[in-house]
Amino acid sequence: MTATDVAREAPSARGVGARMLRKEDARLLTGEARFVDDLSIPGALWLGMVRCPYAHARIGNVDASAALAIPGVRHVFTGADLRDGWAAAMPCAWPVTEDMKAADHWPVAVDKACYVGDIVAVVVADSRYAAVDGVDAVAVDYDPLEAVVDLEDAAADRVVIHDGLGTNKSYTWALVPDPDAVERAFADAAHVISERYLQQRLIPMAIEPRGVAAVPGVYGGDLTVYSATQIPHILKIMIAATCGVPESKVRVIAPSVGGGFGSKLNVYAEELIAVALARRLGAPTRWTESRSENAVATIQGRGQIQDIELAADADGKVTAVRVKLLADMGAYMQLVTPGIPLLGAFLYGGVYDIPAYSFECTGVFTTKTPTDAYRGAGRPEATYAIERAMEALAQKVGVDSAEIRRRNYIPADRFPYDASSGLTFDSGNYEPTLDRALELVEHDARRAEQQRRRDAGDSKHLGIGISTYVEMCGLAPSRVLASLNYAAGGWESATVRVLPTGTVQVVSGTTPHGQGHETCWSQIVADKLGIDPDGVEVLHSDTAVSPLGMDTYGSRSLPVGGVAVGMATDQVLDKARRIAAHQLECAEDDLELVDGELRVKGTPTKAMTLQAVAFEAFSAHNLPDGMEPNLVGEVTYDPPNFVFPFGTHVAVVEVDEETGGVELVDYAAVDDCGVQVNPMIVEGQLHGGIVQGAAQALWEEAMYDDDGLLRNPTLTDYGVPSAAEVPSIRLDHTVTPSPTNPLGVKGIGEAGTIVSTPTVVNAIVDALAPLGITDVAMPATPERVWSLIREAREGQA
Amino acid sequence: MIPAAFEYQRASSVDEAVGLLGEHGDDAKLLAGGHSLLPLMRLRLAAPAVLVDIGRLEDLSYVRSGDGQVRIGALTRHHDLATSDEVREQVPLLAHIAGQIGDPQVRHRGTIGGAIAHGDPASDMPAGLLALRGTVVARGPAGEREIPADELFTGFLETALAPNEVITEIRVPAVGSAPWGFQKFVRRAQDWAIVGCAAVLENGTSGGPGVGLVNMGATPLRAQGVEEQLRNGASPGDAAARADEGTEPPDDLNASAEFRRHLARVLVRRALESAQS
Amino acid sequence: MTTVTTEREGAAAVNITLSVNGEERSTDVEPRRLLVHHLRDDLGLTGTNVGCDTSSCGSCTVLMDGESVKSCTVLAVQADGHEITTIEGLAATARPANGDPAAMHPMQQAFHEQHGLQCGFCTPGMVMAAVSLLAENPHPTEAEVRLGLEGNLCRCTGYHNIVRSVLAAAGELPASEEVPA
Repeated sequence: MTATDVAREAPSARGVGARMLRKEDARLLTGEARFVDDLSIPGALWLGMVRCPYAHARIGNVDASAALAIPGVRHVFTGADLRDGWAAAMPCAWPVTEDMKAADHWPVAVDKACYVGDIVAVVVADSRYAAVDGVDAVAVDYDPLEAVVDLEDAAADRVVIHDGLGTNKSYTWALVPDPDAVERAFADAAHVISERYLQQRLIPMAIEPRGVAAVPGVYGGDLTVYSATQIPHILKIMIAATCGVPESKVRVIAPSVGGGFGSKLNVYAEELIAVALARRLGAPTRWTESRSENAVATIQGRGQIQDIELAADADGKVTAVRVKLLADMGAYMQLVTPGIPLLGAFLYGGVYDIPAYSFECTGVFTTKTPTDAYRGAGRPEATYAIERAMEALAQKVGVDSAEIRRRNYIPADRFPYDASSGLTFDSGNYEPTLDRALELVEHDARRAEQQRRRDAGDSKHLGIGISTYVEMCGLAPSRVLASLNYAAGGWESATVRVLPTGTVQVVSGTTPHGQGHETCWSQIVADKLGIDPDGVEVLHSDTAVSPLGMDTYGSRSLPVGGVAVGMATDQVLDKARRIAAHQLECAEDDLELVDGELRVKGTPTKAMTLQAVAFEAFSAHNLPDGMEPNLVGEVTYDPPNFVFPFGTHVAVVEVDEETGGVELVDYAAVDDCGVQVNPMIVEGQLHGGIVQGAAQALWEEAMYDDDGLLRNPTLTDYGVPSAAEVPSIRLDHTVTPSPTNPLGVKGIGEAGTIVSTPTVVNAIVDALAPLGITDVAMPATPERVWSLIREAREGQA
Repeated sequence: MIPAAFEYQRASSVDEAVGLLGEHGDDAKLLAGGHSLLPLMRLRLAAPAVLVDIGRLEDLSYVRSGDGQVRIGALTRHHDLATSDEVREQVPLLAHIAGQIGDPQVRHRGTIGGAIAHGDPASDMPAGLLALRGTVVARGPAGEREIPADELFTGFLETALAPNEVITEIRVPAVGSAPWGFQKFVRRAQDWAIVGCAAVLENGTSGGPGVGLVNMGATPLRAQGVEEQLRNGASPGDAAARADEGTEPPDDLNASAEFRRHLARVLVRRALESAQS
Repeated sequence: MTTVTTEREGAAAVNITLSVNGEERSTDVEPRRLLVHHLRDDLGLTGTNVGCDTSSCGSCTVLMDGESVKSCTVLAVQADGHEITTIEGLAATARPANGDPAAMHPMQQAFHEQHGLQCGFCTPGMVMAAVSLLAENPHPTEAEVRLGLEGNLCRCTGYHNIVRSVLAAAGELPASEEVPA
């Protein structure tokens, strides 16, 4: 199956393709699930973090006397107190260039704090409440230094943040496969588009704040760490490296995790502090982040200035794209901070057949919370820039939004497509998603209504925005990651065991936190083995149970981890066939799998259930010569390529000219993530992603003042939308399987977020186009929109 | 976050509450539903040494009407006001405003007396009280006094209430079917108003139209220029043009003062138009 | 009656008795103790979550005398003498109707069937808010559901399936939109 299938499948079973209800739900719906803060840990000491209230300050005397006088407060530790205990500074696993500059980043700042929220001291107390009281009572002398907030100011090195580096510029990374081709394209262009876009900083705001508990064993030095993390496997390695604990002594468990969106794809100071103090004090330690702490202490996303240029011929066929980025690292490098722009570096050509490509990014330090992965990570920024620039091109060429895209799409017959950025897009067929999305949103009727309102001088302007995207996900071939200087690989492990009673046990290296892996992995296994998915258990997120894993981020779990599960199941099935053939005295080829039984073709009475085979494998009384006991498959899968999901989204907005208010009135999306294991879960991922991306367009921004203080650190001021602000979403899909993995799947966790931001902004700009308005800064707040309209009206007058 | 420690006193009568407030002076705060005070205490923006809980004074939760007036017990919750048939009939503006405050959970706990006593300029209810020319009844050591809404709000989060006075009742004219309008401009439904406007076009008691503004200055305000225009028979558009007259709206992360002035004119016009339609 | 002893911290503790999920629970609490921490840390009912510190996210929503409240903005002492229902006790409130001790409340069941949850952290609060919403408005429109849930934030679902869950629980989901399970 390689053709794009526009029709809806109608799966009847509960295997791959079925809308199977989630196995995870019952415990989450009844309060039975345990998140980190829910754990009962007798004798645990509560940690409270004293955080710098300035963006940039030298740390003077820390007076803990008042804190220590509070009943229940046991200790206060400063950065200097803990400095010698660290085996290494906090890790950055993605030094993108050989000469990248980065300062040592200690879990507790030593002489200087470099952002609001930087930890200056740690309070240890008997209770949650006493820890908060203790933090309030620690008096720190600060000598405030100048803040560095603006990215161009940072790049100018007016104030150098990390003295030892001599500059705020950390690195410049470039991807220019053929510089001459780019120069020629711009020299020969009939149209040149040159745009600057600002990607505001976003606060991920997973509804569960972070939390950690470190529980030392009384004897032997074993340590169990519970963390609200997406990456228990990576965290375990980093705890070993930074805290100087042998890896054999550390077990990391991610219990129920309340959303991540990249913000829990990190190794955080508080996790390391909890471990260090649990070992130092010989007692369990725990910490739970408050929301206003989360706003400054958990990584933020985006934060880029994007300059994009397009060269095009007279018909609007794009011949080259040239991009320069200035990217905000924040005060320090967190786990993959410098690499985030690189995840978009290959995608500034979007879904278009563009022969010449040039990308360059400079990462700069500022005195703000570190940035890192936030849903989409690099790809939303890239998609935004190209999809906004295509609108500008459409306007210049004088064709509509759909037509400019049709003229430039990579043709369906060119896949696998070697993009000028150097990647090979696995499969794609873009135009049908555009056609269907326009149909879903009743595009022609909407356009007629838009015109009717314009003719009537209605102050409620209608706007229709279109974006088509492709993204690279399923991180990823380890060799490609090596070429990008990423420290780790991109494989995933899976073990599938059929237990003696016939229960199938799956152990996965992925770490779900809302994605429904228990359900989907069960479906994959059940489909292959012909059994009921309820007979499959899925274990994950505990390094003692699943020792090898690369965890969950970058829409990788299904195309890497799920594929590994499928391959391990194939191994199980192969072995089961050999055992059954041996015991039924037939050739393996004579067996067929029907309803969970291996039957001899044509003689259905000669059969063994999978359970019977498993028991034979377990008892090992009668196995083929040389065969190992037990029915187990084990795979570590390193994918040969990324996967490239795609689709077209259309937004309809209503802009109130009088107030500048923008209402999202309709949204349609047609996505293609190849074969869908569970369409219900695919749709859920899209719904959430779309709203999260729309929130960047309309509501969200981490607002820093000139002194580097975050002005909106609470959910009262930071505009995460509620149900009341967004519409229902119309979805459809096409199916263009990925040829690079045996399941034909692609990731879908980030796609919605990647494309909805430019879709919504394109709609706003479309609504205001008759006024000559060509761009609006994000988020498109009422005041910004109102000001633009007012200026445009004054210009017309 | 978590409030700083405090001493807790549960009052079994208004007089006892007044006595406790007198005893502890500025260190004490009244606790009703807690939905104005507790959020501040959780962020440690307020840290009273003593909380005097009047939340159990059930005799302060009522709606009574008669003599052209609706009298509302100070501890009547927003939800009860929003769903009270009596309030909906006699003073629909107030019922409507009560249904717009915060979110359902807030409306299940927050009280009209608490919202008014807090004196927050961004709060919806004071604008309604001003538009209706209501009064509050406050009880102190010397007994009760009635304070007109116009004299109640004296500064940012400050009121004419003495530290040992307790609001016991809110009185508004029973305007019945008099035309009214309410507009609240928010980015998200649960947000505080960036600007809001409550308007009543006819008011049997005071005889004149009333227009209250939300978040247009340090205190809840009346749009006196608009009221004057309305008394002179101006159209909504003409009257609304004076909506920001005499105001000093805040300049904050949600909006500039200039934008608030503009919004006030738009929202007042819309409120007046919806009242007339 | 269960008595739980809590360590006193700071100001004089107050003895309170709550009816929690139908059971009387009598405890000494510090006056500043938030109801949500009382439920979670003193009574072990950790299904009710804390997602913010400004009464914004609604994760801590429980029923107090049958109505939704944010338990992070109610002091435990204010809840003294009141009936509290948490997510752990919700199913029991519907059990007489269906008789199955393992059955979930119809609202929980609707969230399951409509995929109204992903990470599940906001879910207990969202479900309790939805139960309260339908108690006040048994047959809401989509717009009423959306507005009725304005005080509860979810970062995973985009609300689409949450809204469908509530409509389904109310019997208001258009037949054409019912998804075969």
